[in-house]
Amino acid sequence: MPTNGTLGQTPNAPSIEVSNARFAYGSRPLFDGLDLVLEAGRWTCVLGPSGVGKSSLLRMIAGLISGGNDTVVRCGDGSATAGRVAYMAQRDFLLPWLNVVDNATLGARLRGEAADPDRANALLDAAGVGEAGNAMPDELSGGMRQRVALVRTLMEDRPIVLMDEPFSALDAITRLKLQDLAVRLLADRTVLLVTHDPLEALRLGDRIFVMNGSPAGLGPPLEPAGRPPREAGAPDVLSGQARLLRELAEGGK
Amino acid sequence: MSLSYLRPLVICTGLVAVWQAVVSLSGVPAFILPAPYSVLLAIVEDARLLAGHAGVTFIEIALGLLLGVLLGAASGIAMSFFVPVRRWLFPVLVVSQAIPVFALAPILVLWLGFGIGSKVAMATLIIFFPVTAALYDGLRRTEPGLLDMARTMDAGRFAILRHVRLPMAMPAFASGIRIAAAVAPIGAVVGEWVGASSGLGALMIHANARSETDTMFAALFVLAVMAVTLYFAIDLVLRRLITWQPETYSSDD
Repeated sequence: MPTNGTLGQTPNAPSIEVSNARFAYGSRPLFDGLDLVLEAGRWTCVLGPSGVGKSSLLRMIAGLISGGNDTVVRCGDGSATAGRVAYMAQRDFLLPWLNVVDNATLGARLRGEAADPDRANALLDAAGVGEAGNAMPDELSGGMRQRVALVRTLMEDRPIVLMDEPFSALDAITRLKLQDLAVRLLADRTVLLVTHDPLEALRLGDRIFVMNGSPAGLGPPLEPAGRPPREAGAPDVLSGQARLLRELAEGGK
Repeated sequence: MSLSYLRPLVICTGLVAVWQAVVSLSGVPAFILPAPYSVLLAIVEDARLLAGHAGVTFIEIALGLLLGVLLGAASGIAMSFFVPVRRWLFPVLVVSQAIPVFALAPILVLWLGFGIGSKVAMATLIIFFPVTAALYDGLRRTEPGLLDMARTMDAGRFAILRHVRLPMAMPAFASGIRIAAAVAPIGAVVGEWVGASSGLGALMIHANARSETDTMFAALFVLAVMAVTLYFAIDLVLRRLITWQPETYSSDD
């Protein structure tokens, strides 16, 4: 997939190594001694039931929470992840007092830099919401709002993108469309997608881990054949779904 | 004219009719309860006198409102931004609310004199706490996910305050200002009752001493009109300025 010059430089995406990750609520550890490698320029999906700690793992990689004393989160080139991560959540978090372009350029405003509305408009076009630049968020549908949130994430132009159930509040058809869009626009970046939807993981993931148990651990990765986004009816997606559901159910015991 | 405009008119006419009925049927002397017509007459005859006193009271209310909102906003922001300010100031504020502010009126008059100073101080004092509390609460209740996102965008604390938390807190701040607009006239008039040579409250006390009950009612009427007008004017301005209120509409109608 070629990357368009106006949409941002092709990021030289690093891999990420997480080792000995530990996070606890009080004395009960959500996970302890957990290791995970996000391969450079590929999509890694972590699939798990609600409350298993997958969001905490993502927030730890984003640098929003710190792990235990022995926890190490670093890029494959040895540097820290700080400043190289963009974050997208389930809720769009569009600011209701800013129009779409101003929302898309929020990061620059927060850093006190000059906004780049031309690039925002180009990305909004690519995301299929080019017409909505001057609209206010409350005039948009849920799918359009999430497209704008995706553009805001891309405006950060970070090599690492962490997504926490970004499509789970959308209806099935809109979700499929946005998954395709995300794969197209996030090409060549190192992506971590946290989800509880096996189909989503199988459509998008180069490597899929099931996170389960208490304290939670990661199973061996599933690597479906073919390039994302895969068809919902592809053989690997269908057989993978059966396997992932079984693994999720076993962990729930 | 729709019913919603007609309704207040009907209510007012009804209340005046009841008032007139009580006067006619019970035969109370005019120095206890004057008839609506004699109050109207007093308003017309004493128009200049009333306007002069109303002007003084209005200035007291406006200045008190301005000072109270500014000081309240400053302390609300300071408490949410600086932890030591919060730790030292918040308990003081809470305890100060146990003192009935009206009991301070004689002291304020003693200290600041019979002029408008003591009345402005009185109004400022009662406004200060609701405004501080409303803004502080609004600032505290910023969506955590939104703050996470801003942090991954490398935003500093001040940038987050300015671009995210303050605008997000505006609806709560507006509620505080509405309360302030409703209670500011109380502060001004109580101050005038305790000791003043001009203002509607002072006029009422003087008229009362001379059993000019119709003048008292006229002053009361002017005060009520002024307070209600002020409240709705401020409410209108706030609604225009802050269009993103997450208001929960009741389903009454």
